[in-house]
Amino acid sequence: MNFWEFVLHYLSSERFVTAAGMTLLISLCSLAGGMLAGLVVALLQEVRFLPARILAVFYLWIFRGTPVMFQLIFAFNVLPSFGIVLSGFACAVLALSLNEGAYMAEIMRSGIRAVGAGQRQAARALGMRDMQLMRWVVLPQAMRIIVPPIGNQFIGMLKLSAIVSVIAVEELLLVANQAASSNFRYLEALSAAGIYYLAMTTVFMVLQALLEATLRRRGRPMQGGLLGRFLSATADGARVR
Amino acid sequence: MSDAPLLEVAGLYKSYGAVPVLRGVDLHVGRGECLCIVGPSGSGKSTLLRCLNVLEPIENGRILFEGRDIARSTRREAPEIRRRIGMVFQNFELFRHLSALDNIVLAPQRVKGESLARARERARALLDKVHLPDKADAFPDELSGGQQQRVAIARALAMDPALMLYDEPTSALDPETVGEVLQVMQELAEEGMTSLVVTHEMGFARRAADRVVFMDDGSVVFAAPPETFFGRGADIPDRLTRFLSHLSH
Ligand SMILES: Nc1ncnc2c1ncn2[C@@H]1O[C@H](COP(=O)(O)OP(=O)(O)O)[C@@H](O)[C@H]1O
Ligand SMILES: [Mg+2]
Repeated sequence: MNFWEFVLHYLSSERFVTAAGMTLLISLCSLAGGMLAGLVVALLQEVRFLPARILAVFYLWIFRGTPVMFQLIFAFNVLPSFGIVLSGFACAVLALSLNEGAYMAEIMRSGIRAVGAGQRQAARALGMRDMQLMRWVVLPQAMRIIVPPIGNQFIGMLKLSAIVSVIAVEELLLVANQAASSNFRYLEALSAAGIYYLAMTTVFMVLQALLEATLRRRGRPMQGGLLGRFLSATADGARVR
Repeated sequence: MSDAPLLEVAGLYKSYGAVPVLRGVDLHVGRGECLCIVGPSGSGKSTLLRCLNVLEPIENGRILFEGRDIARSTRREAPEIRRRIGMVFQNFELFRHLSALDNIVLAPQRVKGESLARARERARALLDKVHLPDKADAFPDELSGGQQQRVAIARALAMDPALMLYDEPTSALDPETVGEVLQVMQELAEEGMTSLVVTHEMGFARRAADRVVFMDDGSVVFAAPPETFFGRGADIPDRLTRFLSHLSH
């Protein structure tokens, strides 16, 4: 077999396809987890209740102040001694989510802060409570502001997910490395992995561009499906000068 | 009870830190009355309106609204009071992510729990009332300032307030759209909407106000019906004469 035949062989092998799927799944789950954690931390920072803000700062201090590799290995090796035994996949998603949350919090917070005091005052003057004001006035507008940075975070996450190979989760890089070490075809195996990474990041860059274009467009995009509802919710929430 | 004023403010005192902004404001507004508040910038007019809408805590004094002292309402009670008081801001502050119709629908639907269908139907009627029947689907940045302000008025009316507060509603507008907003406000006042209007539009105060109030340096200096207020009577304070002549220059 020549170079391209090897690469094609790897690209189409079940192990590579499964591993690429694993990389994608870990990234998607961790991004979703990270957004959730980030939103919670951002909202905690907005709260008047001091202990809530202290908790948020503590979280940020821990997760920004230690390497993500450390967090991953901690989840995998230390949690079991506290009786918490998680699969490699669950550890990967847990560590990446919590780490991502620390950065997502800042993105969410800048989006929330970008909605001016006047908008909040207007909502309050209509009799909205803090939660209603957040839900119906601030978050929908913050959403538009945070879509571009969240897209960037996702592409970063696809690449970052390679580090979960250290806890033996069968993602793309680990599988490529294993395949190559059996026959020393490093160039071919890593090329196949690289092609998968590039394909996934390219698809997401295109999706991100499409989403941003939808958000810029006036009016309501399609209704109906979950994606349509998400798009229309974000687009509704998103029209900023 | 029914002839008691809708709103009665007595000895209202408020400071930001060590700086007193309202130094004992006394004011009453009867049901169906239209009051205009005029006064130099920095005299505390906006602060007064925010206090009335429980958006600011106060240090001293009473605010009786519908017979109830709202000055010391808790964080839980405040939203319920604000539902009864509509507020219109200098910069409109329409929700930028929502169409004109949805701006009006939002609070009745989410705060009052009206059904969407009913809230929409009423929102359309309110758009008619502010003479914008064909702007339901327009977004705020597609509307002129005057149109945005009229939507903002409709949005406030949608909560069925007993009192409308306007804080310099035409100060941010291009001159050619000022008239349409004042027109709507005057129509509402004539229909009996109790209104408290901070404004520099003396023409509007003359036309629409039942009484005009002059505020200076954190207190009410003078209040009278427009004929007296803009007249040359002996009891007009010097400060008011100076303020009015300053405006006309
Ligand atoms: N949030 C605030 N913090 C501190 N000072 C304020 C604040 N809001 C208003 N002030 C001060 O209070 C005074 C009255 O302001 P304001 O009520 O806006 O007056 P007006 O509306 O009559 O122009 C001004 O001196 C202003 O600087
Ligand atoms: Mg003012």
